[in-house]
Amino acid sequence: MASAKGKAKTDAAPAASADELLQHYRAMLLIRRFEERAGQLYGMGLIGGFCHLYIGQEAVVVGMQAALQPGDTVVTSYRDHGHMLATGMDPRGVMAELTGRSGGYSRGKGGSMHMFSRDKHFYGGHGIVGAQVPIGTGLAFAHRYNQKPLVSVTYLGDGAVNQGQVAESFNMAALWKLPVIYVIENNKYGMGTSVQRAAAGGELYKRGEPYGIPGMQVDGMDVVAVKEAALKATRHTRAGEGPYILEMMTYRYRGHSMSDPAKYRSKEEVSEVRTKHDPIDHVRQLLTDGGMADDNKLKALDKEIRDIIADAAEFAQASPEPDPSELWTDVLAEA
Amino acid sequence: MTIQILMPALSPTMTEGKLAKWLKKEGDQVTSGDVLAEIETDKATMEVEAVDEGVLQKILVQEGTENVAVNTPIAVLENGGAVAAKPSPTNGKHAPVSAPAPAAQVEKPAPSKTVAPPKPQSVAAEMAVGATRKMTVREALRDAMAEEMRRDERVFLMGEEVAEYQGAYKVSQGLLEEFGPRRVVDTPITEHGFSGLGVGAAFMGLKPIVEFMTFNFAMQAIDQIINSAAKTRYMSGGQMSCPIVFRGPNGAASRVAAQHSQCYASWYAHCPGLKVIAPYSAADAKGLLKAAIRDPNPVIMLEHEILYGATFDVPEDADYIVPIGRARIARPGKDVTITAFSITVRHALAAAEILAKEGIDAEVIDLRSLRPLDTETIVRSVEKTNRLVTVEEGWAFAGIGSEIAAQIMEKAFDHLDAPPARVAGADVPLPYAANLEKLALAQPDDIVRAAKSVLYRS
Repeated sequence: MASAKGKAKTDAAPAASADELLQHYRAMLLIRRFEERAGQLYGMGLIGGFCHLYIGQEAVVVGMQAALQPGDTVVTSYRDHGHMLATGMDPRGVMAELTGRSGGYSRGKGGSMHMFSRDKHFYGGHGIVGAQVPIGTGLAFAHRYNQKPLVSVTYLGDGAVNQGQVAESFNMAALWKLPVIYVIENNKYGMGTSVQRAAAGGELYKRGEPYGIPGMQVDGMDVVAVKEAALKATRHTRAGEGPYILEMMTYRYRGHSMSDPAKYRSKEEVSEVRTKHDPIDHVRQLLTDGGMADDNKLKALDKEIRDIIADAAEFAQASPEPDPSELWTDVLAEA
Repeated sequence: MTIQILMPALSPTMTEGKLAKWLKKEGDQVTSGDVLAEIETDKATMEVEAVDEGVLQKILVQEGTENVAVNTPIAVLENGGAVAAKPSPTNGKHAPVSAPAPAAQVEKPAPSKTVAPPKPQSVAAEMAVGATRKMTVREALRDAMAEEMRRDERVFLMGEEVAEYQGAYKVSQGLLEEFGPRRVVDTPITEHGFSGLGVGAAFMGLKPIVEFMTFNFAMQAIDQIINSAAKTRYMSGGQMSCPIVFRGPNGAASRVAAQHSQCYASWYAHCPGLKVIAPYSAADAKGLLKAAIRDPNPVIMLEHEILYGATFDVPEDADYIVPIGRARIARPGKDVTITAFSITVRHALAAAEILAKEGIDAEVIDLRSLRPLDTETIVRSVEKTNRLVTVEEGWAFAGIGSEIAAQIMEKAFDHLDAPPARVAGADVPLPYAANLEKLALAQPDDIVRAAKSVLYRS
């Protein structure tokens, strides 16, 4: 099947209802504020280890999630806070996991990169680049095995596409027509290495072509375009037509992780995206220009989000560290 | 001149086979390269090609004959009095050679040259299990999977050649016919990918059995086995489960050299979050595989190619389960404790017979499970014998024997009358040459020597 590029942002965006745009705005803002606070707590020494922030990429998960149906599964790698919030996981539990407390989703044993929620159909949170791709393919295998009309949304970064197990997964998914959508979040850098320096041929959405997997490049800074593309892919996949690849052109404003000074790109490059292509500003603009929300309404929404994040941060600091006995639990399930 | 045509071996481990069909009849002219006959083992069918030219004078073994030993004369060729190669009837070099031996080996275990392997003690002696019947390890594994697949719709088998080919070692024979392609899934050669796919399916609540053609190939997949299958439960605070079985042959088969012969017991046994089993007998293979499939955790089942064709008594009860984590006293004794697992149990039992002739009463413990390790049974034995020899096919350094020796020093130091001795594979990549391979692998004589050394006898 032919690959197709999505149209430019402004033309591509079909009319979205005021309610829908407000929901997108709210969901994206929640992630942005959450990540800003996480960065702050990291700076205060309350979060340890690796912490990969999602700031700048919010439209990808919010647009994707808006196209999913109850029971569809989500799996991703380690830049996962946004995915968890988008699936509806509680900001308190996510933030408390970042601080390594017993109130965290993994009771403090997983940290930033390793959280899960069966209730919200979120299957992690995986720390090895590319490892989530066969796992997501396996979730799709299970959907088909269980004869459920569900879709597995499997996220991967532009760095992961070069892993061998990604090619192995594409092959099996195409061979067995598994209901999986591979969402490549192309934020232009795999840690400090640009896509140009890492991926021969570029055009990552074409990586499925040899297997007959259709691919589409999407403006990942436009939540409406993302949702449209997601609907197209889910229709294809739910109809039993097999996997689909969506390459989301996006950008992360922060470094790869908190310890990354990001010297591999210029300040101007970052500032250009932030000022001209910010996904949240874009929706805010649509809302105000279209007369769908006034300043007061948006201010109220901002405050609501700020309160949720403040509460989550407070919870994450007040929640006790795991009991020492927790060291030895959850290694094996009772047989 | 007449030349005897001998029953060929399909592989170094084949000792006998069935002469399935003659494609030439007496009186036929034969030229080299002609297919004379087809021979079969329970694992493969191969053609016997003529090497010499002449007239097929007499067929000595009729088609349909079972259990024809390798090198038995099966026909006589008259080559018209040409100056033939030596008509030595026993010269194996003149036996017609079949097409190249299949990549996968035939299982028929070659008995140890030094001593005949003793009859394994039946597991039935250990627990009341009712009626038993004779069964190979291969059949026991197949039955275990079939029974569990009948019992639980979530159980499925995937791997290379498991379905249409019926298993590279014919372990999955008949499963495709019974369960269909939804539950018996042929994969591409893509270990890393299909292992990860199995882990994802297990996260969703399915119960995959992932077969590796050999655990040597599982090195391609070890990231998914350790990082995804073994660690996710802990990293999720107990929320996630990964009920999956990774199984396949492990260790040295016969003459397949270093890349196909490694024992991974200590690699997997090292890792929390996994269970690791390595049975010897067919009863344990069946009972432990059933336990592994029912277990909510990832289980590594290390099988042994040379044992696939070995026959044992197996309980007929479909609910016969061997609990993971319990060793078995394969031979009770009082003078020295010998721990072994998988194929080395055979060697240890053989060594015990030799030792018995010299008045040494060895106790052989079949570990069966490596994680969790039944340290208690070993400690109890050492408290009785005061001497310990560990046996494994893999390397000694950081091996299973090292772990057992350490645990016994921690838990039964005062009971030891001698430092424990480790019998293990030579610290080299496994060589191909027959003599070197034998030197590299632990033999019964090595175990005998080690047992005597801890008894301070020569």
